[in-house]
Amino acid sequence: MRRDKRERLWAFTIWLAVGLFILNLIGMIATVVVNSFGSRWFTTWLPVGWTTRWYTLAWDEFQLPAILLVTVEVVGAVVVLAGLIGVPAAYAMARRNFPGKQVIMLLFLLPLLVPPFTYGIPLATVLYQLHLAGTIWGVILANLVPTVPFVVLIMIPFVEQIDPRIEAAARVFGAGLGRLFVQVLVPLLTPGILAALLLVLVRTIAMFELTFLTAGPDSQTLVVALYYAVFAAGVRPGQSIDAMAMVYMVTTLAWLLIALRFVNPTQIVTRAKR
Amino acid sequence: MTTPPTLRRRLAERGLDGVTLLVLPCVVFVLALFIYPALYGLFLSFTPKQGGPLANYIRFFSDPFLYDTIYTTLLIAVPVTVLNVLLSIPVALRVRLMRRQRLLTTILVIPITLGTVLVAEGLLNYLGPRGWLNRTLMTFGVIDEPLRLLHNYWGVALSLLITGFPFTFLLTLSYITGIDPSLEQAGAMLGARARARFTRILLPLLVPGLTITLALSFVQAFSVFPSAVLLGAPAGPTRVISIAAYQAAFEAYDYSLASAIAMIMAAVQVLIVVALLVLKGLAYRGPVSTGKG
Repeated sequence: MRRDKRERLWAFTIWLAVGLFILNLIGMIATVVVNSFGSRWFTTWLPVGWTTRWYTLAWDEFQLPAILLVTVEVVGAVVVLAGLIGVPAAYAMARRNFPGKQVIMLLFLLPLLVPPFTYGIPLATVLYQLHLAGTIWGVILANLVPTVPFVVLIMIPFVEQIDPRIEAAARVFGAGLGRLFVQVLVPLLTPGILAALLLVLVRTIAMFELTFLTAGPDSQTLVVALYYAVFAAGVRPGQSIDAMAMVYMVTTLAWLLIALRFVNPTQIVTRAKR
Repeated sequence: MTTPPTLRRRLAERGLDGVTLLVLPCVVFVLALFIYPALYGLFLSFTPKQGGPLANYIRFFSDPFLYDTIYTTLLIAVPVTVLNVLLSIPVALRVRLMRRQRLLTTILVIPITLGTVLVAEGLLNYLGPRGWLNRTLMTFGVIDEPLRLLHNYWGVALSLLITGFPFTFLLTLSYITGIDPSLEQAGAMLGARARARFTRILLPLLVPGLTITLALSFVQAFSVFPSAVLLGAPAGPTRVISIAAYQAAFEAYDYSLASAIAMIMAAVQVLIVVALLVLKGLAYRGPVSTGKG
Protein backbone atom coordinates (compact mmCIF):
# COMPACT_ATOMS: atom_id res chain seq x y z
CA MET A 1 0.00 0.00 0.00
CA ARG A 2 2.76 2.46 0.92
CA ARG A 3 4.67 1.50 -2.18
CA ASP A 4 1.63 2.27 -4.27
CA LYS A 5 1.45 5.73 -2.73
CA ARG A 6 5.10 6.44 -3.41
CA GLU A 7 4.74 5.34 -6.99
CA ARG A 8 1.80 7.69 -7.46
CA LEU A 9 3.73 10.54 -5.89
CA TRP A 10 6.60 9.88 -8.30
CA ALA A 11 4.23 9.87 -11.28
CA PHE A 12 2.68 13.09 -10.02
CA THR A 13 6.10 14.75 -9.74
CA ILE A 14 6.96 13.82 -13.30
CA TRP A 15 3.68 15.10 -14.71
CA LEU A 16 4.12 18.26 -12.70
CA ALA A 17 7.55 18.81 -14.24
CA VAL A 18 6.22 18.17 -17.75
CA GLY A 19 3.26 20.43 -17.05
CA LEU A 20 5.52 23.24 -15.84
CA PHE A 21 7.72 22.88 -18.89
CA ILE A 22 4.77 23.10 -21.26
CA LEU A 23 3.28 25.97 -19.27
CA ASN A 24 6.50 27.96 -19.62
CA LEU A 25 6.70 27.08 -23.29
CA ILE A 26 3.16 28.33 -23.86
CA GLY A 27 3.92 31.41 -21.77
CA MET A 28 6.96 32.19 -23.90
CA ILE A 29 5.03 31.85 -27.17
CA ALA A 30 1.99 33.70 -25.79
CA THR A 31 4.25 36.60 -24.77
CA VAL A 32 5.22 37.07 -28.40
CA VAL A 33 1.61 36.82 -29.57
CA VAL A 34 0.23 39.21 -26.95
CA ASN A 35 3.04 41.74 -27.32
CA SER A 36 2.64 41.87 -31.10
CA PHE A 37 -1.03 42.87 -30.70
CA GLY A 38 -0.61 45.08 -27.63
CA SER A 39 -0.59 48.86 -27.89
CA ARG A 40 1.26 49.56 -24.63
CA TRP A 41 2.39 46.92 -22.14
CA PHE A 42 4.53 47.88 -19.21
CA THR A 43 3.42 47.20 -15.67
CA THR A 44 0.28 45.13 -16.12
CA TRP A 45 -0.48 41.48 -16.80
CA LEU A 46 -1.88 42.31 -20.21
CA PRO A 47 -1.42 45.27 -22.56
CA VAL A 48 -3.51 48.38 -22.02
CA GLY A 49 -5.09 48.13 -25.46
CA TRP A 50 -5.02 46.08 -28.60
CA THR A 51 -3.90 47.05 -32.09
CA THR A 52 -2.68 45.58 -35.34
CA ARG A 53 -0.57 48.54 -36.34
CA TRP A 54 2.70 46.82 -35.40
CA TYR A 55 2.11 44.45 -38.28
CA THR A 56 1.83 47.23 -40.82
CA LEU A 57 4.86 48.88 -39.25
CA ALA A 58 6.91 45.68 -39.36
CA TRP A 59 5.73 45.01 -42.90
CA ASP A 60 7.22 48.32 -44.08
CA GLU A 61 10.16 48.78 -41.72
CA PHE A 62 11.70 45.34 -42.02
CA GLN A 63 10.97 45.13 -45.75
CA LEU A 64 9.07 41.93 -45.09
CA PRO A 65 7.86 41.49 -48.69
CA ALA A 66 11.45 41.31 -49.94
CA ILE A 67 12.53 39.02 -47.10
CA LEU A 68 9.57 36.72 -47.64
CA LEU A 69 10.36 36.54 -51.35
CA VAL A 70 13.98 35.56 -50.61
CA THR A 71 12.78 32.98 -48.08
CA VAL A 72 10.40 31.44 -50.60
CA GLU A 73 13.12 31.36 -53.27
CA VAL A 74 15.71 29.81 -50.96
CA VAL A 75 13.35 27.25 -49.47
CA GLY A 76 11.88 26.34 -52.86
CA ALA A 77 15.29 25.88 -54.47
CA VAL A 78 16.59 23.85 -51.52
CA VAL A 79 13.55 21.56 -51.50
CA VAL A 80 13.69 20.91 -55.25
CA LEU A 81 17.48 20.44 -55.44
CA ALA A 82 17.64 18.30 -52.28
CA GLY A 83 14.96 16.06 -53.78
CA LEU A 84 16.65 15.84 -57.18
CA ILE A 85 20.05 14.96 -55.73
CA GLY A 86 18.91 13.00 -52.70
CA VAL A 87 16.20 10.68 -54.01
CA PRO A 88 18.28 8.99 -56.78
CA ALA A 89 21.17 8.60 -54.33
CA ALA A 90 18.84 6.98 -51.78
CA TYR A 91 17.62 4.62 -54.50
CA ALA A 92 21.18 3.54 -55.30
CA MET A 93 22.06 3.18 -51.62
CA ALA A 94 18.99 1.05 -50.95
CA ARG A 95 19.25 -1.22 -53.99
CA ARG A 96 22.97 -1.86 -54.52
CA ASN A 97 25.78 -3.25 -52.45
CA PHE A 98 29.06 -1.88 -53.66
CA PRO A 99 32.55 -1.51 -52.26
CA GLY A 100 32.87 1.59 -50.13
CA LYS A 101 29.16 1.82 -49.32
CA GLN A 102 29.89 2.07 -45.58
CA VAL A 103 32.25 4.98 -46.18
CA ILE A 104 29.64 6.79 -48.27
CA MET A 105 27.05 6.18 -45.57
CA LEU A 106 29.38 7.76 -43.03
CA LEU A 107 29.95 10.63 -45.44
CA PHE A 108 26.19 11.26 -45.52
CA LEU A 109 25.85 11.00 -41.74
CA LEU A 110 28.57 13.52 -40.93
CA PRO A 111 26.79 16.72 -42.05
CA LEU A 112 23.80 15.65 -39.95
CA LEU A 113 25.83 14.97 -36.82
CA VAL A 114 28.25 17.92 -36.89
CA PRO A 115 26.48 21.09 -35.74
CA PRO A 116 26.03 23.71 -38.49
CA PHE A 117 28.04 26.41 -36.77
CA THR A 118 31.14 24.19 -36.64
CA TYR A 119 31.28 23.47 -40.36
CA GLY A 120 29.53 26.70 -41.30
CA ILE A 121 32.59 28.88 -40.71
CA PRO A 122 34.90 26.98 -43.14
CA LEU A 123 32.00 26.54 -45.56
CA ALA A 124 31.28 30.28 -45.52
CA THR A 125 34.99 30.98 -46.06
CA VAL A 126 35.04 28.80 -49.18
CA LEU A 127 31.80 30.31 -50.46
CA TYR A 128 33.15 33.83 -49.94
CA GLN A 129 36.23 33.00 -51.97
CA LEU A 130 34.02 31.71 -54.77
CA HIS A 131 32.03 34.99 -54.48
CA LEU A 132 28.93 32.93 -53.83
CA ALA A 133 28.40 33.88 -50.21
CA GLY A 134 26.38 37.07 -49.89
CA THR A 135 24.26 35.97 -52.81
CA ILE A 136 21.14 33.87 -52.76
CA TRP A 137 23.05 31.00 -54.42
CA GLY A 138 25.50 30.84 -51.54
CA VAL A 139 22.61 30.58 -49.10
CA ILE A 140 21.00 27.84 -51.18
CA LEU A 141 24.23 25.84 -51.47
CA ALA A 142 24.94 26.13 -47.75
CA ASN A 143 21.44 25.00 -46.85
CA LEU A 144 21.76 22.00 -49.15
CA VAL A 145 24.71 20.64 -47.16
CA PRO A 146 22.64 19.17 -44.30
CA THR A 147 19.43 18.67 -46.29
CA VAL A 148 20.71 16.49 -49.16
CA PRO A 149 22.06 13.73 -46.84
CA PHE A 150 18.90 14.14 -44.76
CA VAL A 151 16.75 13.29 -47.79
CA VAL A 152 18.95 10.27 -48.55
CA LEU A 153 18.67 8.88 -45.02
CA ILE A 154 14.90 9.39 -44.86
CA MET A 155 14.31 7.90 -48.31
CA ILE A 156 16.38 4.70 -47.96
CA PRO A 157 13.76 2.80 -45.88
CA PHE A 158 11.00 4.00 -48.21
CA VAL A 159 12.85 2.57 -51.23
CA GLU A 160 13.61 -0.67 -49.38
CA GLN A 161 9.95 -1.41 -48.82
CA ILE A 162 9.15 -1.35 -52.56
CA ASP A 163 9.10 -4.83 -54.06
CA PRO A 164 12.12 -5.06 -56.43
CA ARG A 165 10.07 -7.28 -58.74
CA ILE A 166 8.03 -4.24 -59.73
CA GLU A 167 11.20 -2.59 -61.03
CA ALA A 168 12.29 -5.82 -62.68
CA ALA A 169 8.92 -6.01 -64.46
CA ALA A 170 9.27 -2.44 -65.69
CA ARG A 171 12.76 -3.25 -66.97
CA VAL A 172 11.49 -6.36 -68.76
CA PHE A 173 8.92 -4.23 -70.54
CA GLY A 174 11.75 -2.03 -71.75
CA ALA A 175 11.72 0.94 -69.38
CA GLY A 176 15.05 2.70 -69.10
CA LEU A 177 16.31 4.21 -65.88
CA GLY A 178 14.62 7.54 -66.59
CA ARG A 179 11.24 6.05 -67.36
CA LEU A 180 11.59 3.68 -64.40
CA PHE A 181 11.94 6.69 -62.14
CA VAL A 182 9.25 8.86 -63.64
CA GLN A 183 6.59 6.23 -64.22
CA VAL A 184 7.22 3.62 -61.51
CA LEU A 185 9.39 4.79 -58.63
CA VAL A 186 8.28 8.36 -58.10
CA PRO A 187 4.57 7.44 -57.92
CA LEU A 188 5.35 4.61 -55.49
CA LEU A 189 7.67 6.79 -53.43
CA THR A 190 5.34 9.80 -53.23
CA PRO A 191 4.56 9.42 -49.50
CA GLY A 192 8.27 9.18 -48.67
CA ILE A 193 9.26 12.05 -50.95
CA LEU A 194 6.49 14.19 -49.53
CA ALA A 195 7.57 13.46 -45.95
CA ALA A 196 11.25 14.06 -46.67
CA LEU A 197 10.70 17.29 -48.60
CA LEU A 198 8.26 18.71 -46.05
CA LEU A 199 10.80 18.10 -43.31
CA VAL A 200 13.47 19.75 -45.47
CA LEU A 201 11.13 22.69 -45.96
CA VAL A 202 10.51 23.16 -42.24
CA ARG A 203 14.20 22.77 -41.44
CA THR A 204 15.26 25.24 -44.10
CA ILE A 205 12.79 27.92 -42.95
CA ALA A 206 14.20 27.55 -39.44
CA MET A 207 17.87 27.06 -40.41
CA PHE A 208 19.54 30.01 -38.78
CA GLU A 209 23.27 29.26 -38.56
CA LEU A 210 24.15 28.41 -42.16
CA THR A 211 21.99 31.17 -43.64
CA PHE A 212 23.35 33.66 -41.13
CA LEU A 213 26.95 32.83 -42.03
CA THR A 214 26.45 32.99 -45.79
CA ALA A 215 23.72 35.60 -46.37
CA GLY A 216 24.35 39.13 -47.55
CA PRO A 217 21.99 42.07 -47.03
CA ASP A 218 19.85 41.03 -50.00
CA SER A 219 19.79 37.31 -49.31
CA GLN A 220 18.52 37.13 -45.74
CA THR A 221 15.78 34.69 -44.97
CA LEU A 222 13.07 35.43 -42.42
CA VAL A 223 14.85 33.82 -39.47
CA VAL A 224 18.10 35.72 -40.10
CA ALA A 225 16.23 39.00 -40.52
CA LEU A 226 14.50 38.25 -37.23
CA TYR A 227 17.86 37.71 -35.55
CA TYR A 228 19.17 41.07 -36.79
CA ALA A 229 15.95 42.74 -35.67
CA VAL A 230 16.26 41.30 -32.15
CA PHE A 231 19.99 42.04 -32.14
CA ALA A 232 19.35 45.70 -32.92
CA ALA A 233 16.42 45.90 -30.49
CA GLY A 234 15.94 49.41 -29.21
CA VAL A 235 16.17 50.86 -32.69
CA ARG A 236 12.56 49.87 -33.32
CA PRO A 237 9.62 49.22 -31.00
CA GLY A 238 9.74 45.75 -29.47
CA GLN A 239 6.18 45.10 -30.56
CA SER A 240 7.04 45.34 -34.24
CA ILE A 241 9.88 42.85 -33.72
CA ASP A 242 7.34 40.56 -32.13
CA ALA A 243 5.02 41.14 -35.08
CA MET A 244 7.83 39.94 -37.33
CA ALA A 245 8.44 36.99 -34.98
CA MET A 246 4.76 36.15 -35.39
CA VAL A 247 5.08 36.11 -39.18
CA TYR A 248 8.01 33.72 -38.79
CA MET A 249 6.25 31.59 -36.20
CA VAL A 250 3.00 31.27 -38.16
CA THR A 251 4.90 30.34 -41.33
CA THR A 252 6.97 27.69 -39.57
CA LEU A 253 4.13 26.21 -37.54
CA ALA A 254 1.77 26.06 -40.52
CA TRP A 255 4.28 23.98 -42.44
CA LEU A 256 5.05 21.92 -39.35
CA LEU A 257 1.36 21.06 -39.02
CA ILE A 258 1.23 20.03 -42.68
CA ALA A 259 4.41 17.97 -42.25
CA LEU A 260 3.03 16.25 -39.16
CA ARG A 261 0.21 14.83 -41.25
CA PHE A 262 2.83 12.72 -43.01
CA VAL A 263 5.49 12.11 -40.37
CA ASN A 264 5.70 11.26 -36.72
CA PRO A 265 6.98 14.08 -34.47
CA THR A 266 9.82 11.88 -33.23
CA GLN A 267 11.10 11.58 -36.80
CA ILE A 268 12.05 15.24 -36.78
CA VAL A 269 14.64 14.48 -34.13
CA THR A 270 15.66 10.89 -34.72
CA ARG A 271 16.62 11.31 -38.35
CA ALA A 272 20.27 10.58 -37.60
CA LYS A 273 19.61 7.60 -35.38
CA ARG A 274 20.94 4.37 -36.74
CA MET B 1 31.98 -19.46 -78.51
CA THR B 2 32.44 -17.93 -75.05
CA THR B 3 33.78 -14.46 -74.63
CA PRO B 4 35.40 -13.29 -71.41
CA PRO B 5 32.99 -11.17 -69.33
CA THR B 6 33.15 -7.54 -70.27
CA LEU B 7 34.30 -4.89 -67.85
CA ARG B 8 30.75 -3.68 -67.60
CA ARG B 9 29.58 -7.15 -66.64
CA ARG B 10 32.32 -7.61 -64.07
CA LEU B 11 31.58 -4.24 -62.47
CA ALA B 12 27.88 -5.05 -62.35
CA GLU B 13 28.67 -8.23 -60.45
CA ARG B 14 30.34 -6.14 -57.79
CA GLY B 15 27.30 -3.91 -57.59
CA LEU B 16 28.60 -1.12 -59.80
CA ASP B 17 26.22 -0.30 -62.63
CA GLY B 18 24.07 2.54 -63.92
CA VAL B 19 21.95 2.57 -60.79
CA THR B 20 24.96 2.82 -58.50
CA LEU B 21 26.12 5.86 -60.42
CA LEU B 22 23.01 7.69 -59.18
CA VAL B 23 24.77 8.09 -55.86
CA LEU B 24 27.58 10.05 -57.50
CA PRO B 25 26.02 13.55 -57.66
CA CYS B 26 25.23 13.32 -53.97
CA VAL B 27 28.73 12.10 -53.06
CA VAL B 28 30.36 14.82 -55.17
CA PHE B 29 28.12 17.39 -53.52
CA VAL B 30 28.99 16.34 -49.97
CA LEU B 31 32.68 16.09 -50.86
CA ALA B 32 32.68 19.55 -52.42
CA LEU B 33 30.65 21.40 -49.81
CA PHE B 34 31.39 19.51 -46.61
CA ILE B 35 34.68 17.61 -46.81
CA TYR B 36 36.54 20.12 -48.97
CA PRO B 37 35.63 23.16 -46.82
CA ALA B 38 36.61 21.23 -43.68
CA LEU B 39 40.01 20.30 -45.14
CA TYR B 40 40.46 23.78 -46.58
CA GLY B 41 39.63 25.27 -43.18
CA LEU B 42 42.21 23.01 -41.57
CA PHE B 43 44.79 24.11 -44.15
CA LEU B 44 43.82 27.75 -43.78
CA SER B 45 44.18 27.58 -40.02
CA PHE B 46 47.87 26.74 -40.52
CA THR B 47 48.48 29.69 -42.84
CA PRO B 48 47.97 32.65 -40.52
CA LYS B 49 48.14 36.30 -41.52
CA GLN B 50 51.39 36.63 -39.60
CA GLY B 51 53.86 34.21 -38.06
CA GLY B 52 54.58 30.53 -38.45
CA PRO B 53 52.12 27.78 -39.26
CA LEU B 54 51.06 27.37 -35.64
CA ALA B 55 50.66 31.08 -34.94
CA ASN B 56 46.85 30.97 -34.81
CA TYR B 57 46.81 28.13 -32.33
CA ILE B 58 49.53 29.72 -30.21
CA ARG B 59 47.55 32.95 -30.24
CA PHE B 60 44.35 31.17 -29.23
CA PHE B 61 45.90 29.32 -26.33
CA SER B 62 47.88 32.29 -25.02
CA ASP B 63 45.06 34.84 -25.10
CA PRO B 64 42.62 34.34 -22.20
CA PHE B 65 39.99 36.30 -24.14
CA LEU B 66 40.10 33.45 -26.67
CA TYR B 67 40.93 30.30 -24.72
CA ASP B 68 38.49 31.13 -21.94
CA THR B 69 35.68 30.66 -24.45
CA ILE B 70 36.21 26.89 -24.28
CA TYR B 71 35.67 26.91 -20.54
CA THR B 72 32.73 29.33 -20.79
CA THR B 73 31.03 27.16 -23.41
CA LEU B 74 31.61 23.96 -21.45
CA LEU B 75 30.23 25.63 -18.33
CA ILE B 76 26.97 26.30 -20.19
CA ALA B 77 26.78 23.20 -22.37
CA VAL B 78 27.73 20.42 -19.93
CA PRO B 79 25.33 21.12 -17.02
CA VAL B 80 22.41 21.83 -19.37
CA THR B 81 23.03 18.69 -21.42
CA VAL B 82 23.36 16.46 -18.36
CA LEU B 83 20.23 17.99 -16.84
CA ASN B 84 18.29 17.52 -20.07
CA VAL B 85 19.24 13.85 -20.30
CA LEU B 86 18.59 13.19 -16.60
CA LEU B 87 15.14 14.78 -16.89
CA SER B 88 14.38 12.94 -20.11
CA ILE B 89 14.79 9.45 -18.66
CA PRO B 90 12.00 9.46 -16.03
CA VAL B 91 9.68 11.44 -18.29
CA ALA B 92 10.25 9.08 -21.22
CA LEU B 93 9.73 6.06 -18.97
CA ARG B 94 6.37 7.48 -17.94
CA VAL B 95 5.31 8.66 -21.39
CA ARG B 96 6.05 5.29 -22.99
CA LEU B 97 3.12 3.85 -21.02
CA MET B 98 0.84 6.57 -22.35
CA ARG B 99 -1.53 5.61 -25.12
CA ARG B 100 -1.88 9.03 -26.71
CA GLN B 101 1.70 10.22 -26.91
CA ARG B 102 1.26 12.15 -30.10
CA LEU B 103 -0.18 15.31 -28.57
CA LEU B 104 2.73 15.57 -26.14
CA THR B 105 5.37 14.84 -28.76
CA THR B 106 3.76 17.38 -31.09
CA ILE B 107 3.86 20.09 -28.42
CA LEU B 108 7.47 19.27 -27.64
CA VAL B 109 8.56 19.35 -31.26
CA ILE B 110 7.39 22.98 -31.55
CA PRO B 111 10.36 24.64 -29.80
CA ILE B 112 12.81 22.51 -31.82
CA THR B 113 11.12 23.57 -35.03
CA LEU B 114 10.87 27.24 -34.12
CA GLY B 115 14.59 27.35 -33.37
CA THR B 116 16.76 29.31 -31.01
CA VAL B 117 16.20 32.75 -32.51
CA LEU B 118 12.47 32.75 -31.87
CA VAL B 119 12.90 31.17 -28.44
CA ALA B 120 15.35 33.94 -27.61
CA GLU B 121 12.91 36.64 -28.71
CA GLY B 122 10.11 35.04 -26.68
CA LEU B 123 12.25 34.62 -23.57
CA LEU B 124 13.44 38.24 -23.76
CA ASN B 125 9.97 39.33 -22.69
CA TYR B 126 8.89 36.25 -20.78
CA LEU B 127 11.89 36.12 -18.45
CA GLY B 128 12.22 39.89 -18.16
CA PRO B 129 11.79 41.75 -14.89
CA ARG B 130 8.15 42.51 -15.85
CA GLY B 131 7.59 39.26 -17.71
CA TRP B 132 4.97 36.73 -16.82
CA LEU B 133 7.41 34.39 -15.05
CA ASN B 134 8.64 36.93 -12.52
CA ARG B 135 5.15 38.38 -12.15
CA THR B 136 3.68 34.97 -11.34
CA LEU B 137 6.43 34.10 -8.87
CA MET B 138 5.96 37.44 -7.14
CA THR B 139 2.17 37.13 -7.01
CA PHE B 140 2.49 33.78 -5.27
CA GLY B 141 5.07 35.24 -2.93
CA VAL B 142 7.85 32.87 -4.00
CA ILE B 143 10.21 35.82 -4.53
CA ASP B 144 10.19 39.44 -3.42
CA GLU B 145 12.21 40.93 -6.25
CA PRO B 146 12.26 39.94 -9.92
CA LEU B 147 14.87 37.32 -10.72
CA ARG B 148 17.60 38.51 -13.03
CA LEU B 149 17.40 35.92 -15.78
CA LEU B 150 18.43 37.95 -18.82
CA HIS B 151 21.77 39.00 -20.23
CA ASN B 152 23.61 36.56 -18.04
CA TYR B 153 24.32 32.83 -17.73
CA TRP B 154 20.73 31.90 -16.83
CA GLY B 155 19.15 33.30 -19.97
CA VAL B 156 21.34 31.15 -22.18
CA ALA B 157 20.98 28.08 -19.96
CA LEU B 158 17.18 28.39 -19.91
CA SER B 159 16.97 28.81 -23.69
CA LEU B 160 19.11 25.67 -24.09
CA LEU B 161 16.72 23.90 -21.72
CA ILE B 162 13.67 24.95 -23.75
CA THR B 163 15.11 23.79 -27.07
CA GLY B 164 17.34 21.03 -25.71
CA PHE B 165 14.99 19.13 -23.42
CA PRO B 166 12.48 18.25 -26.17
CA PHE B 167 15.38 17.10 -28.35
CA THR B 168 16.87 14.77 -25.71
CA PHE B 169 13.43 13.64 -24.62
CA LEU B 170 12.30 12.62 -28.11
CA LEU B 171 15.60 10.79 -28.70
CA THR B 172 15.39 9.02 -25.34
CA LEU B 173 11.76 8.12 -25.94
CA SER B 174 12.63 6.49 -29.26
CA TYR B 175 15.33 4.42 -27.53
CA ILE B 176 13.13 3.44 -24.60
CA THR B 177 10.24 2.36 -26.80
CA GLY B 178 12.76 0.18 -28.67
CA ILE B 179 13.24 -1.98 -25.58
CA ASP B 180 11.04 -5.04 -25.56
CA PRO B 181 8.54 -4.61 -22.67
CA SER B 182 8.58 -8.37 -22.02
CA LEU B 183 12.12 -8.03 -20.62
CA GLU B 184 10.81 -5.77 -17.89
CA GLN B 185 7.77 -7.96 -17.36
CA ALA B 186 10.03 -10.96 -16.87
CA GLY B 187 11.93 -9.01 -14.23
CA ALA B 188 8.70 -8.06 -12.51
CA MET B 189 7.52 -11.66 -12.53
CA LEU B 190 10.75 -12.73 -10.88
CA GLY B 191 10.07 -10.25 -8.10
CA ALA B 192 12.14 -7.21 -9.09
CA ARG B 193 10.73 -3.95 -7.77
CA ALA B 194 10.43 -0.84 -9.99
CA ARG B 195 13.79 0.54 -8.86
CA ALA B 196 15.57 -2.77 -9.43
CA ARG B 197 13.90 -3.22 -12.80
CA PHE B 198 15.20 0.19 -13.80
CA THR B 199 18.77 -0.18 -12.57
CA ARG B 200 19.23 -3.84 -13.49
CA ILE B 201 17.28 -4.16 -16.73
CA LEU B 202 16.33 -0.88 -18.41
CA LEU B 203 19.35 1.26 -17.61
CA PRO B 204 21.99 -1.19 -18.91
CA LEU B 205 19.99 -1.58 -22.12
CA LEU B 206 19.61 2.17 -22.44
CA VAL B 207 23.28 3.05 -22.01
CA PRO B 208 24.20 2.92 -25.72
CA GLY B 209 21.19 5.04 -26.70
CA LEU B 210 21.77 7.48 -23.86
CA THR B 211 25.40 7.87 -24.87
CA ILE B 212 24.37 8.89 -28.37
CA THR B 213 21.70 11.21 -26.97
CA LEU B 214 24.23 12.77 -24.64
CA ALA B 215 26.78 13.17 -27.46
CA LEU B 216 24.30 14.69 -29.91
CA SER B 217 22.78 17.12 -27.46
CA PHE B 218 26.15 18.14 -26.05
CA VAL B 219 27.44 18.90 -29.53
CA GLN B 220 24.33 21.01 -30.22
CA ALA B 221 24.66 22.90 -26.97
CA PHE B 222 28.38 23.45 -27.46
CA SER B 223 27.79 25.29 -30.73
CA VAL B 224 25.17 27.62 -29.19
CA PHE B 225 25.19 31.00 -30.88
CA PRO B 226 22.01 33.09 -31.22
CA SER B 227 20.82 32.74 -27.64
CA ALA B 228 24.30 33.40 -26.27
CA VAL B 229 24.26 36.73 -28.12
CA LEU B 230 20.63 37.70 -27.58
CA LEU B 231 19.95 36.38 -24.07
CA GLY B 232 23.43 36.26 -22.64
CA ALA B 233 26.27 38.67 -22.05
CA PRO B 234 28.23 38.10 -25.26
CA ALA B 235 31.10 40.28 -24.13
CA GLY B 236 31.61 38.47 -20.84
CA PRO B 237 30.07 35.52 -19.02
CA THR B 238 28.48 33.94 -22.09
CA ARG B 239 31.17 34.69 -24.65
CA VAL B 240 31.00 31.20 -26.13
CA ILE B 241 33.45 29.80 -28.63
CA SER B 242 31.14 30.29 -31.62
CA ILE B 243 31.03 34.03 -30.85
CA ALA B 244 34.84 34.10 -30.92
CA ALA B 245 34.85 32.29 -34.27
CA TYR B 246 32.18 34.58 -35.69
CA GLN B 247 33.97 37.73 -34.57
CA ALA B 248 37.26 36.54 -36.04
CA ALA B 249 35.63 35.81 -39.39
CA PHE B 250 33.11 38.60 -39.84
CA GLU B 251 34.37 41.43 -37.65
CA ALA B 252 38.16 41.07 -37.96
CA TYR B 253 37.96 39.36 -41.39
CA ASP B 254 40.72 37.00 -40.22
CA TYR B 255 39.42 33.83 -41.87
CA SER B 256 42.59 32.01 -40.91
CA LEU B 257 42.07 32.59 -37.19
CA ALA B 258 38.35 31.90 -37.57
CA SER B 259 39.16 28.56 -39.20
CA ALA B 260 41.55 27.74 -36.38
CA ILE B 261 38.82 28.49 -33.81
CA ALA B 262 36.33 26.38 -35.77
CA MET B 263 38.88 23.54 -35.79
CA ILE B 264 39.40 23.88 -32.03
CA MET B 265 35.63 23.87 -31.58
CA ALA B 266 35.34 20.69 -33.62
CA ALA B 267 38.27 19.15 -31.71
CA VAL B 268 36.62 19.76 -28.33
CA GLN B 269 33.38 18.25 -29.62
CA VAL B 270 35.18 15.21 -31.03
CA LEU B 271 37.14 14.75 -27.78
CA ILE B 272 34.01 14.73 -25.64
CA VAL B 273 32.13 12.45 -28.02
CA VAL B 274 35.06 10.00 -28.16
CA ALA B 275 35.33 10.06 -24.37
CA LEU B 276 31.62 9.27 -24.14
CA LEU B 277 31.95 6.42 -26.62
CA VAL B 278 34.89 4.97 -24.72
CA LEU B 279 32.87 5.11 -21.51
CA LYS B 280 30.01 3.43 -23.31
CA GLY B 281 32.35 0.66 -24.46
CA LEU B 282 32.84 -0.25 -20.81
CA ALA B 283 29.11 -0.77 -20.35
CA TYR B 284 26.85 -3.64 -21.34
CA ARG B 285 26.30 -4.30 -25.01
CA GLY B 286 23.58 -6.64 -26.05
CA PRO B 287 20.26 -6.95 -27.82
CA VAL B 288 17.39 -4.80 -26.58
CA SER B 289 14.79 -7.09 -28.10
CA THR B 290 14.10 -10.69 -27.31
CA GLY B 291 14.19 -13.76 -29.55
CA LYS B 292 12.48 -12.67 -32.72
CA GLY B 293 14.49 -9.61 -33.64
